[in-house]
Amino acid sequence: MELAISIITGFMILGALYAIHARDLLSAVIAGGIVGYSLVICFLLLRAPDLAIVQIVVETITLIIMVAVVLDSSRVEAYGKFDSRAWVTAGTAVFILLIMFWFLRIASSDLAPLGDHTVRMADAYMNGAVERTGSVNLVTGVVFDFRGYDTLGEATVLVTAVMGVLTILRIKGRKG
Amino acid sequence: MNGMTVIVKKTTQLIAGIIFLYGIYIILHGHLTPGGGFAGGVILAGAFILLILAFGSDFLHLVREERGSTLYENLAILIVLFLALSGLVAGAGIFFDNWLPHGTPGELVSAGLLPLYNIFVGIEVAASILTIFLALVIFKEEVLK
Repeated sequence: MELAISIITGFMILGALYAIHARDLLSAVIAGGIVGYSLVICFLLLRAPDLAIVQIVVETITLIIMVAVVLDSSRVEAYGKFDSRAWVTAGTAVFILLIMFWFLRIASSDLAPLGDHTVRMADAYMNGAVERTGSVNLVTGVVFDFRGYDTLGEATVLVTAVMGVLTILRIKGRKG
Repeated sequence: MNGMTVIVKKTTQLIAGIIFLYGIYIILHGHLTPGGGFAGGVILAGAFILLILAFGSDFLHLVREERGSTLYENLAILIVLFLALSGLVAGAGIFFDNWLPHGTPGELVSAGLLPLYNIFVGIEVAASILTIFLALVIFKEEVLK
């Protein structure tokens, strides 16, 4: 299973690289879709059907919206000049990347093999969760009972996104 | 936005209702089978988005629909918050306390408050994604005419 996940992850990296370098924005969006749908297969291989359902539906709707936006605006990417400000931005990005890799190197020496640490963490949730929450689906039990704050935060993020979209796109309110 | 061809319209008429029912099934069985409020809500929104894409924006009254979906979204998140707060008043006095009787695990009506959370989070997610889509479509109709 690790081999399959490695191959799919490599496929995702290829899709992401193509999405960065594609001249046509429509093919970039579709290459971005490769990343999302490969993630669905990864979730299924890792036995997480809840996440797979959410990911496949959200990916489809996002792809539809992105394709509609690209078809209505422009299919050619606007390339800016590479001036001094761009050098500062690129330098900052490389600097932060190096710091992140340094922390990743420290952290990866303590990691257990793939899948081991999840079992250790999940033990506290899995022991008697059905009796404590009454829910047969453990994921729903964790999401809405043990980790209710996280779910409330997630729902609030969606509400905030809608508020932002409506604030930006309300032409009628701006006229009045 | 114009509608699509007759083939797409007929297929959408056949499929949209089934997708809607599947979303409701995913939400209601969230505490029994994989899925839950988030997945089911996005599937519900997908049924509406399919209808709007196939039939064009003249078929549905988009502005009125956007007003309704905004209202439902805000009401649903408010009800989720009140359900969470109800744990403070009743039961053990803990935020997000599951104070209703749990019933027999595995039955449709069981698990206390969890199905209610699933239902209202599902309504909230469906209305949010539909509102974002409708706002983009209305923006295009009004501005890019």
